[in-house]
Amino acid sequence: MDLSLSTRSESSPAGDRTVVVVGGEIDVYTAPKLREQLIDLVSSGQYHLVVDMEGVEFLDSTGLGVLVGGLKRVRAHEGSLRLVCTQERILKIFRITGLTKVFPIHSSVDEAVAATD
Amino acid sequence: MAVVELLLPSSPEHVRTARLVVVAAARRAGLGDATVDELRLAVGEACARAVGLHRAHAPEQRVAITVTDDPTGLAVAVTDAGPPAGPAVDDVAGGFVDDSGDGGDGAGDEVAPDLSLALLAGLVDDVEVGSADQGTGTTVTLRWPLPPRVPGGPPSTAAAPQ
Repeated sequence: MDLSLSTRSESSPAGDRTVVVVGGEIDVYTAPKLREQLIDLVSSGQYHLVVDMEGVEFLDSTGLGVLVGGLKRVRAHEGSLRLVCTQERILKIFRITGLTKVFPIHSSVDEAVAATD
Repeated sequence: MAVVELLLPSSPEHVRTARLVVVAAARRAGLGDATVDELRLAVGEACARAVGLHRAHAPEQRVAITVTDDPTGLAVAVTDAGPPAGPAVDDVAGGFVDDSGDGGDGAGDEVAPDLSLALLAGLVDDVEVGSADQGTGTTVTLRWPLPPRVPGGPPSTAAAPQ
């Protein structure tokens, strides 16, 4: 399965958040599409992002690099990038690479949208 | 004995082809679902690393992937034509993600090739990184044990009981 991307806005007492729903495979071929999406969002002034990875079937280090790049971009605007993931095989990748210390990882979109630093 | 040999152009779209082929070979060899899942991640990572190295150092050359199985296990070897192997695979430092970027044009999204090796070491118990035959490049070999054949499973070469 190729990469699928969609975005929507959600509001909570924490503020407005943009939810990026990612599905399929984030690999060396598809990761540039996710990178473009994240760059577009930041360029249009959306600095608080929630990336929903529940539909992700595959993730490699290229995809990790794009997520880290997105985090750096939103942080440059004092924004946030939160991940939603409960899949053990994907969580394992974040654990192995130490990125669980870098990204806030939530178990639901509602939880991520409501979260504050 | 090599059961599958692949030569892939160093372009990202073919990494998925490699994953699909190797996963099919692994299923046929008898690996369980959980192990196949791990193999898919690991082989994808090894091939992405090799393609990344080729694009930087040897764009005209192909990445070689060999799947070998014997009664004890399945081995997947991914050979690139990049520079010789760097730090040891278990040298998992915290600094593999460049955090110094300015959030600018995307150039800072790249992660060090060592992140691939760190990820492979975490995903697969048996990983070997060695120099490729010609003195340049590396061969990353990933190995998984095969489960014992179960009675009533696929036919084996053993004689049937009387």
